[in-house]
Amino acid sequence: MSEHEYVPKSKAGKWFNDRLPLLTLGAHLTDYPTPKNLNYWWTFGGILTFCLITQIVTGIVLAMHYVAHADLAFASVEHIMRDVNYGWLIRYIHSNGASMFFLAVYIHIFRSLFYGSYKSPREVIWIIGLMIYLLMMAAAFMGYVLPWGQMSFWGATVITNLFSAIPLVGDSITTWLWGAYSVDNPTLNRFFSLHYLIPFLILGLVVLHIWALHVPGNNNPVGIDIKKPSKDTVPFHPYITIKDAFALLVFMIIFAGFVFFTPNVLGHSDNYIPANPLITPAHIVPEWYLLPFYAILRSVPDKLGGVILMFSAIFILFVLPWLDTSKVRSAVFRPIYRQFFWILVIDVLMLGYVGAMPAEGIYLVLARVGTVYYFLHFIVVMPVVGYLEKTDPIPMSISEPVLTGGAEPSLARKVNDKV
Amino acid sequence: MSKEEKKVNRRDFLFTASYTIGAVGVGAVIWPMIDQMNPDKAQQALATTEVDISSIEPGKSITVLWRGKPIFIKKRTPEEIAEARAVKLDDLPDPQKDEDRVKEGKDEWLVMLGVCTHLGCVPLKDKGEFNGWFCPCHGSHYDVSGRIRKGPAPTNMEIPKFEFVDSNTIKIG
Repeated sequence: MSEHEYVPKSKAGKWFNDRLPLLTLGAHLTDYPTPKNLNYWWTFGGILTFCLITQIVTGIVLAMHYVAHADLAFASVEHIMRDVNYGWLIRYIHSNGASMFFLAVYIHIFRSLFYGSYKSPREVIWIIGLMIYLLMMAAAFMGYVLPWGQMSFWGATVITNLFSAIPLVGDSITTWLWGAYSVDNPTLNRFFSLHYLIPFLILGLVVLHIWALHVPGNNNPVGIDIKKPSKDTVPFHPYITIKDAFALLVFMIIFAGFVFFTPNVLGHSDNYIPANPLITPAHIVPEWYLLPFYAILRSVPDKLGGVILMFSAIFILFVLPWLDTSKVRSAVFRPIYRQFFWILVIDVLMLGYVGAMPAEGIYLVLARVGTVYYFLHFIVVMPVVGYLEKTDPIPMSISEPVLTGGAEPSLARKVNDKV
Repeated sequence: MSKEEKKVNRRDFLFTASYTIGAVGVGAVIWPMIDQMNPDKAQQALATTEVDISSIEPGKSITVLWRGKPIFIKKRTPEEIAEARAVKLDDLPDPQKDEDRVKEGKDEWLVMLGVCTHLGCVPLKDKGEFNGWFCPCHGSHYDVSGRIRKGPAPTNMEIPKFEFVDSNTIKIG
């Protein structure tokens, strides 16, 4: 944290701060020097914090009315929708909130990928972020099981069966996860318990995520190191808070659009049929935010292979800071990588699309092509392009392109001269 | 000098002993916390089911629930049995004779866990390319003996432990 000496004005404030320096922390967060060129892609950290708080608050309220029992869960959700005062609103905020949370987190992750925010010295921020993302997926999956509809039940069956692919101990692990010999009441009970727990784990990791961020400070669109504080920075409050607040308002308009006008468009109608262990719905699909991984799973004709590849698709991101060999952070100055970045974006969107389609014919071919590119991008493209690419000149400071009307070569330094 | 060394060694011993006892204690506490998630006595108590099969017509099947999972009980026609036995073992991803999947002398009765061995969906009967079952989730095809023929499932549908109590009743589990 920055080394500024903060002294509270009031005597009481000073007395308290000497015993617990909360006011110093508050002053640090207010004055925190932030790069002055942050664009709107940087507002998603604040938006994500809003999403987490929204999910926790609406979730705690829903838990006051929900019953985690296989015989009663479905009816209790309908009870929330029909009988509980504003229950429909709270539930729709919670269920759509999950989608909005993932929408924001994907933009946040791709922001990092574009501007190289995962690169040194910010690797730990990136890894904590991925842990948050993993916990989000676990929480979302278990939350989707709680209404105990057909998609809940069969989604839970398919996902827990992924663990049965593990050699030797797979079946024991699956039975252990279920607490029964199939997805059943014990499964629902424990999923509810964990679904309630995970958001608070995420909250703890968010604190670490922000703490780790405040050590080196924010990356920025030009991706260069800056002196803090300097003419390249502005205090977090009010400059960034007002920008974050505006972006959040726009985000909330979209969020409200889903909640009030198409609350079920992102869900699946089969989940309004109570769970039936004897009938599998004709077409099982996970929630949209898991579809790319589902496509990767299905692209492999081997059970264990598919499971391994799907988990690898997530875990490969953990070593990304060491796969990227480029000395330049921001893709703004990386003409080759920039193109591959957009190919990756299209690739992931395509995987998401084919994940929602039946695993046959052209969709299977596309899923396989998409899967191969996904891994090639990280294992081959990132190290090789970073090594071979001739990057554009990067500016000396954030102010320079602003004051001189462009990154003039005379003022700019080549990357290769640096470090 | 030697005195000092002796002191250090003694302290090392205490540290090691403390860590060891601590680890044993933590392990002793963790195991109950893990094992509580395994199926409880009430779940285990549901381990057997008796089914009356007298009303099943040849070529038809019923589905019953055992341990929360569907069991397919199919009375196969002689043609279906012949078809299942005509398959060469080399054509099977998980080679198993049809004879080994039924009780001797009760060849018409196929009793199996109606759970796709891929990711646990319930396959649909009389569907798929092999006149048996088809799993709609990820496209696994099973034959009339419940053996995997095509698709991502690694093994044949499982045959549970069962016995004929009398000619009209079977006990599963």
